[in-house]
Amino acid sequence: MKTDIVLSVRGLKKKIRSKWIIKGVSFDLRPGEVFGFLGPNGAGKTTTIRMLVGLISPTEGTIEIGGVSLKSHPNEALNQIGCIVENPELYSYLSGWENLEHFARMLPGVDENRINEVVAIVGMEQRIHDKVRTYSLGMRQRLGIAQALLGRPRLLILDEPTNGLDPQGIKEMREFIRQLASQGLSVFVSSHLLSEIQLMCDRVAIISHGSVIAVGEVQELLQQDESTVIWNVFPREKGEQVLASMEQVLVTREEALRPELAAAGAEAGIVATMSPERIPEANRALQQAGVDIYGVAIKNPTLEDLFLRLTEGERIE
Amino acid sequence: MSSLYPLVKNETIKMLKKRRFLVIVLILAVLIPVFVYGQLKVAQNYAKQFGTEDWRVATEQQVKDYTNRLSSPRVSEEWKRVMKVEINRLQYALDKNINPRSPNGVTFARDFMKNALILFIPLMVSVIGADIVSSEQSTGTIKLLLTRPVSRWRILLSKLITLILFVSLIILVVGLLSYLISGAVFGYQGWGEPVLVGFQIIGGELSTTTAHAVDQWQFMLMEYGLSWFSCMVVACMSLMVSVLVRSTAAGMGIMMATLIAGTILANMASSWHSAKYLFMINLQTIDFLTGSLPAVPGLTLPFSLTVLTVWALGALAVAFTVFTKRDILN
Repeated sequence: MKTDIVLSVRGLKKKIRSKWIIKGVSFDLRPGEVFGFLGPNGAGKTTTIRMLVGLISPTEGTIEIGGVSLKSHPNEALNQIGCIVENPELYSYLSGWENLEHFARMLPGVDENRINEVVAIVGMEQRIHDKVRTYSLGMRQRLGIAQALLGRPRLLILDEPTNGLDPQGIKEMREFIRQLASQGLSVFVSSHLLSEIQLMCDRVAIISHGSVIAVGEVQELLQQDESTVIWNVFPREKGEQVLASMEQVLVTREEALRPELAAAGAEAGIVATMSPERIPEANRALQQAGVDIYGVAIKNPTLEDLFLRLTEGERIE
Repeated sequence: MSSLYPLVKNETIKMLKKRRFLVIVLILAVLIPVFVYGQLKVAQNYAKQFGTEDWRVATEQQVKDYTNRLSSPRVSEEWKRVMKVEINRLQYALDKNINPRSPNGVTFARDFMKNALILFIPLMVSVIGADIVSSEQSTGTIKLLLTRPVSRWRILLSKLITLILFVSLIILVVGLLSYLISGAVFGYQGWGEPVLVGFQIIGGELSTTTAHAVDQWQFMLMEYGLSWFSCMVVACMSLMVSVLVRSTAAGMGIMMATLIAGTILANMASSWHSAKYLFMINLQTIDFLTGSLPAVPGLTLPFSLTVLTVWALGALAVAFTVFTKRDILN
C-alpha cells in the first residue's frame, strides 16, 4: 500500500449551506519536499487544510495519506500527519511540557524521550515548564510545531506558519522548515504571502475561488512567465513604435500598467513584455531609428506577477 | 491507543488544572458552615418556642397545629391535602417513637442533600459539564484534539467518563463536608437511627401500609444514590449542551435557565399534567423516599427514573451523533 506519494488529493470539493466553497482541488506531495499552498484570503486554503486533517469531511473527492484513505481509515491516515491549523491554540492553563504530554498520550509509541527530543528540535528547553499563557506568539508557534512533530509524522501541515511573527521569527521559521524537509519530512505550507512561498517552497499550488489554477515547481512556473523589460528612451513615442513593430514583443499601454510596476518607477519608461535575449536586437533597432537609450531594466518575473496574472488581479472576494 | 485510560487521564488533568472543581469544593466549604449555623439557629428557636427539648411534645404540638389549620376555611383544598399527609407522617413517627427531626451530623447531611438537589448541586454539575466540550471549541484546542489518530467518539466518551467521575466526586464531597462540618456542631452519631421509608401516595392520600423503618445509613445510601442518578442526568444534558453550543457562558446559561425553570414549573405543574415528562420536574427523586407529595400528581419513583433515563440517553445520542459528524469550522 505504501507509495512514494505522501499526500494525494483528487477532485476535492466542499459544499457548505448549498454554496461550493471548494470547487475542485487536486495535487500530490512527494517525500522531502516543501509544498506551498498559495491563495488570497478567502480562497479556501484553510477549508482545504481542515479537510486534509479530518476536521471537515469533503463533499466529494478523495484524500490519501501515504496511500491510506482518510475517509475509510482516518486513524491510520492521521497517524502520519502532524499539523497546526491556523493559530497554534494550546491549553494556556497547562505548561508547555504538560501540553506535549497531553498530546503524546493520544499518539501510539510516544514516550518521554521523544518529548525531550522535540523540545530540543524547537529549542525550547529553557521555558518548557512555564505556563503556555506566559509564552510569546513565536514560542507558541514553536510549541505548536513540537506538538506536530511528536508522532514522527511523514507529513507536516502548517497553516500560515509565519503569521504574526516578526521578521527575525519569519526567517527562523523558514530555515527551520527547510531543515525539516532536508531530513526527509514533507511539509505542506499555506500562505497568502507570495515572497514567503517563493523563498521556502519547492513546488506550489495556487488556489483561487476554491479551485487550484496552477501546480508546479516554483522555477518552472516562473519560466512560463516572460520577463518584463523597461526601456527609458527619448523620444518616447518613436521608441514605442519601434518596439511595437518587433515580433514577439508586447508593449503595454500605460493605462494597462500594473500598479506594482508603476510603483517601481516604470511610468517614465516603455514597458515591454519580451525575452531578455532579444534586448541587443531591440537595442540596435532603436539606435538605427535614432532613439536615444538612457536605461534598460529587466524585471524578473516573481511569483507575485504570476499570481496576479493568473488571478487577474483578484484580491479578497 | 486502544485504551481509554490515557484519554480519561488527559481530561482529568485538564479538569483539575482549570481549577473548576477546586472552586466547587471551596463554595461548598464556605456554604455548608453557613447552613449549619442556620440549622443551629432553627433548633435553638424551636426549643425556645416550645419551651422544651422533648421532641414528642414538639411533634404532638406540630400535629395539633396542623389539625387546627385544617379546620380553618381560609386554607385551600390543596394545602389541606399537603397538611393531611404531613400529619399522617408525624403521627406515624409518634406511634413508632422515632424523632422525625433529630438533629445530628447524619441528619444534616441527609437534609442538606435533599435541599441541595433542588438547584444547588445540579448547578454545580452543569458548571463543569457545560464547559467540558465548549471550552475546547471556544479556545480552538478542539482542532488539535480531533486531528490526532483517535476516533471522535472515543474523545467524547473519555470526556463523559471524566464527567461521571467528577460528578460522583461532587456528591461524595457534599456528603463528606456536610457530615464533617455539621458533626462538629451537632455530633457525629446517628448512623443507626431509624428512618421511615416506603410511603406511598395513593389518590392524594398518604398510605402507610408499606411504610417501614430503615437505619439512617441505609437511607443515606438510597438518598445519595438517587441524587447521583439525578446528577448524572443533568451531566448528560450539560454534555449535550456543551457539544451544541460553542460558548461556555451560553452553555451554562442554558443549563441554569432550564434548571431554574424546573423549580418554577414544579409550582405550576399541579395543573399542567404533561409537565411530568420534562426532566427537570423529575429530578427530586429523594422526595419519594420520605413520602412528601410530588410536584405533579401521578409521579412515582419508577416513572421519574424512567423519564430521567430516557432524557439522559436521548441527550447522549444527540451529543455523540453531532460530535462525530460535525465539521469543525471555527
